[in-house]
Amino acid sequence: MKKTIALICAILMLTVSVVACTASGKTETSGAIKIGATGPLTGGAAIYGQACANAAQIAVDEINALGGLQFEIRYEDDAHDAEKAVNAYNALKDWGVQVTLGSVTSTPAKATSALNFEDGIFALTPSASNPSVVEGKDNVFQMCFTDPNQGMASARYIANTGLGSKIAVIYKNDEDYSTGIYQTFAAEAKKLNLEIVSTTTFTADSQNDFSVQLSDAQAAGADLIFLPMYYQPASLILAQANQMGYAPKFFGVDGMDGILTMDGFDTTLAEGVMLLTPFNADASDEKTVNFVKKYQEKYGEIPNQFAADAYDCIYAIYQACQNGNVTADMTAQQINEIMKAQFTSMSFDGLTGEKMVWGTDGMVAKDPHGMVIQNGAYVGMD
Amino acid sequence: MEQMKKKLHLGKTNREKVTTFGLVIALYVFVEILQRTGNLSNLMRGQLVPICAYMIMALSLNLTVGILGELSLGHAGFVSIGAFTGVTVASLLRPVVSQNWILFVIALVAGGTLAGIVGFLIGIPVLRLRGDYLAIVTLAFGEIVKSLVNNLYIGFDQNGIHFAFLHDTLNLAEGGKKIIAGPMGATTIPKVSTFLAGVLLVLFCLYFLYRLLGSKMGRAIKAMRDNSIAAESVGINITRYKLTAFTMSAFMAGMGGVLFGLNYSSIIAGKFNVDLSILILVFVVLGGLGNLRGSIIAAGVLTVLPELLRSLRDYRMLAYSIVLIAIMLITNNQILVQWWTQRKKDLKNMFTRLRKSGQGGEG
Repeated sequence: MKKTIALICAILMLTVSVVACTASGKTETSGAIKIGATGPLTGGAAIYGQACANAAQIAVDEINALGGLQFEIRYEDDAHDAEKAVNAYNALKDWGVQVTLGSVTSTPAKATSALNFEDGIFALTPSASNPSVVEGKDNVFQMCFTDPNQGMASARYIANTGLGSKIAVIYKNDEDYSTGIYQTFAAEAKKLNLEIVSTTTFTADSQNDFSVQLSDAQAAGADLIFLPMYYQPASLILAQANQMGYAPKFFGVDGMDGILTMDGFDTTLAEGVMLLTPFNADASDEKTVNFVKKYQEKYGEIPNQFAADAYDCIYAIYQACQNGNVTADMTAQQINEIMKAQFTSMSFDGLTGEKMVWGTDGMVAKDPHGMVIQNGAYVGMD
Repeated sequence: MEQMKKKLHLGKTNREKVTTFGLVIALYVFVEILQRTGNLSNLMRGQLVPICAYMIMALSLNLTVGILGELSLGHAGFVSIGAFTGVTVASLLRPVVSQNWILFVIALVAGGTLAGIVGFLIGIPVLRLRGDYLAIVTLAFGEIVKSLVNNLYIGFDQNGIHFAFLHDTLNLAEGGKKIIAGPMGATTIPKVSTFLAGVLLVLFCLYFLYRLLGSKMGRAIKAMRDNSIAAESVGINITRYKLTAFTMSAFMAGMGGVLFGLNYSSIIAGKFNVDLSILILVFVVLGGLGNLRGSIIAAGVLTVLPELLRSLRDYRMLAYSIVLIAIMLITNNQILVQWWTQRKKDLKNMFTRLRKSGQGGEG
C-alpha cells in the first residue's frame, strides 16, 4: 500500500520538476546587472550570511538611487554546506546571474569557485578566506585577507606590540578555517620567538565544553590566548574562563567578529577581547559613518566586518563595471573577461581599506587593524 | 494469444522487479530528453548525480536495516571511506589514465572494496551485538571515521605518495600535490561522475539486491531477521550470513560515496557526519523497510524537495520538515490507506465489469 502512495509521490515529484524546469528556462532582462551570491542564511554560520546579504542590499540600493548603472542582487541559502552551495549556485545560474559575490564562507566557496571558473562567471567573495578558494582560478577574487595572512598578521601584531609573553592557542581541528590560521600562526610565532605554551584543540562535536583546554592554558601560565575560530565557540570559552576566574588576554581573528550581536551573549564577557579585522565600525570617516548609520537604521545592529566586506564588494564591482563600460545586456562570460582585466589593474578605496589592489592570484593586499572590545563596541587599538 | 498472456503473467516479485527497473530507466530517459532539448534547469542538472548517489546509499542501508533487520547509524562512515578512497585513487591516477570512465570504474572498485573490507572488519566484533547496542556502536564507528579522515593528510610528488596523521608533515617536493589535507578535505578532485554512470550503478545495486533476495542466502537472511533463534535451530550459520550482508552493504555504500565524491570539486570529512547517516536512514524508513523501490523514490524525492522549495526563501526548511512529517503520517494512516485500497478495488471491479459487458455486447 505504501508503495502506491510512494509511486504517487514520485509522479508528483516528476511533474513538479518539469514545472520547475520550464519555469526557470527563461531569463528576462530587466536592464539591471544581476549579481548573485550564496551564503549561510540559515544554520550555525547565519550571522555571516545575513550580514553580507544585508550590506550588499544597502550598497545596491545606494547605487541604484544614483541612476545610471543598475544592479539587482540575490542571495541564495547554502547553510554553510558545499553540496547545498552547488545547488544554490545552480539556482543562481537559472536566474541568469551575470556577476557573483561567490560564497560567504570557505567550505562552500571552495565548491562554488571551481564552478565559477568552469563556467566563466566572475566571483568576488567578501569573506571566504581560505587560499584554496582562489588558487588556480583566474576569475575568483577575495575581498578579505586569506587565512595564512591572518595567522601571520596576528603573530606579528602580538610580537610587535608585546601583548603576551606566554601564549596559548585553542583551535578547531576539524575546520579548515581554524586549522589554516593556526598553522601559519604557529609557523610565524616560531620565527618571531613567541613562546606558545599550550596548544589544544576541539571539534564540532566537542565545542560545548572548554574546561580541559582552559585548564591546560591556565596550568601552563599563559597570559594570552589566541582564538582562531568563529564566534560561537569563542563565546563559550569567554564564559567558561570567566567562571574559572581565569582572565588572560584574548586575541581573535575576523571570525570573532559578530560576537557582540550574538543572541543571548553577555557582552560584558567580551570586554577587553582583541581581534584583528580590517573594519572598524566606529571609525570617523564619512563612508564608515554613513554605512553604519544606514545599517543600524535598517537592521537594528552594528555591522560587522563581513557586512563591510560585502558592501565593498558591490562597490568594487560597480567601479570595475563603470571603468570597463559593462552593460546589462552583456553575457556573464563577456563581463567575466572585463572584470578580470579591471580587478588586476584597478585600485579601490572602501570601508575595509584604502588603495586595495588585487594580484593575479585573486588575493587582496590590505592592512588589518587591531581592535579591542570596550563597553560593548569595537574600538581601534591604534 | 493465450500463451502470450501466460508469458506476460509475472509473479508478484517479478512484477515488482520490472516496475522498479522500469521506473529508474523511465526516469533516466525522461531526464535525458529534457537535457537534450535544453529544458532542464541548472539546479536540476546539478542534482542528478547526487540523487543517484543517495539512492545507492539508501539501497545499501536498506540491506542492513530492512533486509538484515539491524539498525545501523554509522552508514555515513562507509560512504566517507568510499568517497575519500575513490578521490585519492582518482587523483593519483589522473596523470596516467586519460579516459574518464576508466578512471571512474577504477576509483569505484577501489572505494567499494576498501569500504567492504572495513565493513567486514568492523562487522566481526560489532555484529555480536543486537538492537540498540548495535545502533550505538555503529554511531560511534561513523564518528571515528570522521575524526580519522579529519586528521589524515595524503599527498604525492615525484618521490611517491606521502601520508601524515594529525599534523601536516607531508613535506612535499616542488610540484607535489596534496590530495587530502585534514579538515580542509580533498580539493581539486577530478570530476568524473556522470548521470549515466550513476543510473547504471543504481541499476546494478538493484539487480544485485533482487538477486540476493531471491537466493538461498537472501532467504536465510530474512529468516534470521524474522526469528534468529528459529533460523539458527534449522542450521543457518547466523554469523556468516550477517557478516556477508553487512560487508555487501558497506561495499555498496562505498560505491555510493565514490559517485558522490567524484561529483564535486572538493569534499570535507565533516560532510559525512551523523546527519548524513540519519538522512539515509530517513530515506530507508520513509520508503519502507526492505522495500527497494521505496528507498529509491524516497531518496529521489527528499533530495529534490528542499531545492524545489527554494522559492519559499526563509521558510524553506520549515516547509521541508512539514512535508516530511506529512508524508510519514499519510503513508502510515490506516484510514487513508484503507480508503485508498477500497478505491483501487472499486476501480478494478469497474474495469472487469466494463470488459465483461463489452464482451457480452460482442457475443
